[in-house]
Amino acid sequence: MNGLIDARTIAEAVTDPELPMLTLADLGVLRSVDVTVDGGVVVTITPTYSGCPAMDAMRDDLRRGLYAAGYSSVDVRTVLHPAWSTDWITAAGRTKLVEHGIAPPGPARERAAGPIPLTLAPPARRIACPLCGSPDTEELSGFSATACKALRRCRSCREPFEHVKEI
Amino acid sequence: MTTDHDSAYDSLADEHGGDARWAFGTGFDDPLSGVDTAIPGGVEAADLAVYCLMLADDALVMSQRLTEWCTNAPELEEEVALANIGLDLLGQARLLLARAGAADPSIPQRLAADLPHEDALAYFRRAAEYRNVTLVEVDNGDFARSAVRLLAFSTWRLALLDRLTSSRDPVLAAVAAKGVKEVTYHRDYAARWVVRLGDGTDLSHDRVAAGLAATWPYVGELFVSSDVEQRLAAAGVGVDPAGLRAEFDDVMRQVLAAARLQHPAAESTVDIAGRSGRHTEALVSLLAEMQELARAHPEAIW
Repeated sequence: MNGLIDARTIAEAVTDPELPMLTLADLGVLRSVDVTVDGGVVVTITPTYSGCPAMDAMRDDLRRGLYAAGYSSVDVRTVLHPAWSTDWITAAGRTKLVEHGIAPPGPARERAAGPIPLTLAPPARRIACPLCGSPDTEELSGFSATACKALRRCRSCREPFEHVKEI
Repeated sequence: MTTDHDSAYDSLADEHGGDARWAFGTGFDDPLSGVDTAIPGGVEAADLAVYCLMLADDALVMSQRLTEWCTNAPELEEEVALANIGLDLLGQARLLLARAGAADPSIPQRLAADLPHEDALAYFRRAAEYRNVTLVEVDNGDFARSAVRLLAFSTWRLALLDRLTSSRDPVLAAVAAKGVKEVTYHRDYAARWVVRLGDGTDLSHDRVAAGLAATWPYVGELFVSSDVEQRLAAAGVGVDPAGLRAEFDDVMRQVLAAARLQHPAAESTVDIAGRSGRHTEALVSLLAEMQELARAHPEAIW
């Protein structure tokens, strides 16, 4: 060891600018952290959605944190394959989402063989309200304040809430 | 730090050091940073670049049309949804434009040598250099017509991207695999609106029926393959759109039946248009708006 704080520890602690309760480790976008022989760091991350504008801020925050810790060079690379899935959000990440009033994703849909099936009605889902715990909730819109979330409403406590939708 | 500046933009650049960004583009890092962009064997780099432009331009122009609904949608939720769909497509366009530039750097370099490839390609090509299908460039019309267009587009694109996931080009395959997850949501959104309007009031039914009639003349072109698409498909890198028709028709039949809408008659023979750079006046106006500031102040940074 060179006396620096472990690069992985620093990279894992960087947070998502749009879901700041989650670290990159919680979100599952941090794919690898490697320290090179000359004291540099190579970090690979994967985008959540193709157009997610948070990627840029994540790259900047990774660079800033690792340079501040004394690493001589920081190379943040993108890996596109395999595509990110909400299944990669950790158990700790899911707990934090609920604590902040956001329903975590269920398991991503299994893909059957053949053409991707059309879904003409929002599937009946048991997504518990993160505020009161009631399972009696309904989808208002498949899209919400960020690309990764749907908007729902609780029929018990009447509060709207967001749900990280499965991909 | 120097104090002698030719323009205010230079001083901005000094002030912000290496963080200065070109004012109009993504301002982001290369979205393909660290991704292997070697050309797979058996295809010409120039062909691969043009093919990537086709798929990128479909997404970019559709995204621009969707953002026109911002501040204009009938409900806030729909505005947010359409903007989110546009953002997903913009993300797909960025990756594909970057892939086009990596395959054939001479195209972006000829346009604007100092800019990231994706920005040069988006902001400095003329309409005749765009390769998108006509369907995405025509005006939005009303909300019903926009819903029909989005349904037709996302049904076609989902079928295409699903097949592209097995491309021999690992970049195209990865972009497609992400895109499939996104466009699945887009297609469901558009299909539910077409059903809700078609199976709604007399007025909403008539409006969406008119939207269907206005959109259908552009559907035939989606399945006409250009030489580049045929060569890339033969090499296992691209997808021949002629093979997507059966899946498209099957999905449209399901939606139109649920929406109590008549399936339009088969369109008359169509020729290649957008894929060869032949466009309508609508694309010229769209690009004029999208590109105007970047072209007027090409050196602006922030």
